[in-house]
Amino acid sequence: MGNEAIGRGLVEEGCHLFASYPGTPASEVLPSVVQFSQETGHTMHIEWSVNEKVAYEVALAGSYTGKRAAVAMKQVGLNVASDPLTRSAYLGVIGGFVIIAADDPGPHSSQTEQDSRLLAHFAKIPVFDPSSPREAKEMIRQAFELSEKYEIPVMVRPTTRICHARQNVPCLKPRELVRRAHFQKDPNRWIATPHFLRNLHRILNEKLDRIAEEEAYGPVARSGDGSLKERCIIASGVSFAHAYEILEEMGFLGKIDFYQVRVPYPLNRSFVVRIHAGYRRVLVIEETYPVIELQLRSDAVLGRRNGWIPREGELTPDLVEEVLERFLERTPATRKALQPAKGRRPTLCAGCPHRAAFFAIKETFPEGIFPSDIGCYTLGMNLKAIDTCHVMGACISQGAGFYHAYQQDGSEMPTIVVTIGDSTFFHAGVPALVNAVFQRARFLLVILDNGTTAMTGNQPTPHLGIRADGSQGNPVLIEDLVKACGVKLVRECDPYDQKRFVACLQEADRYIRSPEGGVAVVLSRHPCLLDRGAMKAQAVYPVRVTQDCSGCRVCLERLECPALALDEETQQVKIEANLCVGCGICEFVCPGGAIAVERGAAK
Amino acid sequence: MKQQIIISGLGGQGVLFATRVIAEAALIQGHDVLTSETHGMAMRGGTVISHVKVGPYQSPLIRSGRADLGLFMNPGNLDVHGHYLSESGRFFVNTGTRGNYENMDATKIAGEIGSLVVSNLVLLGFAVAEGALFADAGVFRKAIAKTSQSRQLELNLRGFETGLRARR
Repeated sequence: MGNEAIGRGLVEEGCHLFASYPGTPASEVLPSVVQFSQETGHTMHIEWSVNEKVAYEVALAGSYTGKRAAVAMKQVGLNVASDPLTRSAYLGVIGGFVIIAADDPGPHSSQTEQDSRLLAHFAKIPVFDPSSPREAKEMIRQAFELSEKYEIPVMVRPTTRICHARQNVPCLKPRELVRRAHFQKDPNRWIATPHFLRNLHRILNEKLDRIAEEEAYGPVARSGDGSLKERCIIASGVSFAHAYEILEEMGFLGKIDFYQVRVPYPLNRSFVVRIHAGYRRVLVIEETYPVIELQLRSDAVLGRRNGWIPREGELTPDLVEEVLERFLERTPATRKALQPAKGRRPTLCAGCPHRAAFFAIKETFPEGIFPSDIGCYTLGMNLKAIDTCHVMGACISQGAGFYHAYQQDGSEMPTIVVTIGDSTFFHAGVPALVNAVFQRARFLLVILDNGTTAMTGNQPTPHLGIRADGSQGNPVLIEDLVKACGVKLVRECDPYDQKRFVACLQEADRYIRSPEGGVAVVLSRHPCLLDRGAMKAQAVYPVRVTQDCSGCRVCLERLECPALALDEETQQVKIEANLCVGCGICEFVCPGGAIAVERGAAK
Repeated sequence: MKQQIIISGLGGQGVLFATRVIAEAALIQGHDVLTSETHGMAMRGGTVISHVKVGPYQSPLIRSGRADLGLFMNPGNLDVHGHYLSESGRFFVNTGTRGNYENMDATKIAGEIGSLVVSNLVLLGFAVAEGALFADAGVFRKAIAKTSQSRQLELNLRGFETGLRARR
């Protein structure tokens, strides 16, 4: 897998410190760093940090000591780390420092389809754009070299189609990089008060000028035979791979000048000159924003700014083929009329504790406002149990903002129930909670603690005290954190225990509305069932639908459990025995009492 | 040797594992291989697809109308991903219902041998038995042995063998 190739590359290049926060499509980099470092006996510090900003700063300090360091995150994670990113460009690095920022054109599993290459441009650091897993690994090597040569952070920007592509990739032995930590004090640089920054900015600009003149990082040219003069194609990233394969198939490889840009920023200077001087029609194929296109600044360029390439969405090979046919004036290949049906939407797993919590919240507060956040529990949307999902940790501040907006009016206050997962709470929820308490907001915060980062592959969270490599860490408990944030009412309950859970919600609501009220927290605790151990440990109740089922579908709509389905013949609901985990939550849903759960017969 | 394969299903049906087995089989045969997978949110029971390209390809994605072979773990996905198949492409569908495709109720068969999780390998075995893939059963046995966790290996092989023999 591309992410494994990247992880392998980091180990082979002797990286000493590596930090990450999980997020699709970058999540598999860290596990592969753990695996390959252990397999090859390469000693590294590897951590799942609580968020991307923290990951960035931990690794950056490692680089200050002369060691090689790297971070990996998804594109929106880089937004979180953008503060240390932009300043680290000015101050520079010592040991090679590589940022892996994985973009998600489409997007498939992200809240934006932003282009991290443009963020590299904004921060003024070089960025590599791999077109295959194999090349991604090779670029890790080049990125470390470039970073050390110019003492500058360097980004490698794979996209989903690189991260989650598999390819046969050759493996090398890790380099033996013996470097003792040595932090050379240099206050003008590492403290860099405003007085010094203008000079540091000048040095940064000069570095970028020199990098743009490095032919080693310039585009790779595949020259045509001259039959298509004054025209060329420029591509980068996976779009290059699509274009290469299609041009080969069309018989145009070797006919038209075709360039692969490997470093989209800073764009190689002599390349820009050559394009301006040599061509009247230049097709630029890149994802997702016009980064190369903007640097070329030429009317000859056909791309995203003049409608040649769609301005949004993934650049699929089907789209690339259409664009190439148009550019090369070829009769379009006959295509099937493309109107594929929509697939099935994702849903929470059978027995998921989030479903139990959401059901209770929705039933208890039918008129509530439900800010929520990013994780599996975003699927609470299907149950109409969440109303917002913005960015990591935003739900708590949104809860506060909703409160202040309604409170001004002095009218009836809807109960605001904020839901956030344990990993997201650690990531960016804590400062938001401190602020909400301090600003006297009143809402109910339900922390959906399933003891893991489920959506991205069940990475451990800090309260478990298990580190990325499986070693022991110091657990940091959510209840301690919540109390330290100043929350006075904290309750803990397993959402499988619906009666008690509802009682906790009601108690919290009374507290919020009482004279001394404030933010109330309910810790909804039940392990994620993707954890096989947790699944085995819990009781399995036999569940059946009785003849009383009227086929009203209330259970299907309000619970959306994959194990409940409508039997088309009988028009009654049936239990899909192979999916049902016997949690028994559906018993509480059926208005006619037609779902029988034998709690005495637990297995 | 060039072959383009899509594997289509719902999150949890073992599409990713089948992808890894097929990719491993290609490597055992000495072919280059490129795949593309669905990860993240869609894996929670939503529609997922893997692309597998065996041979000298550059792009990890298959274009519409280009796939030689489609393994459909969920018959409902035919309307979603059927367009990837070429005119001569072969469809193998996990269903008891006959149609304009080759079908086998892999879920039922997997249930009979005691584990629904191997329905992916039952369907794969069926397609291998029909000669639809680039390699024979021996290569796939090795690939399954290489990609399976040790405690799953026996069950995985049993699923594959059952699929291989189911039509004979």
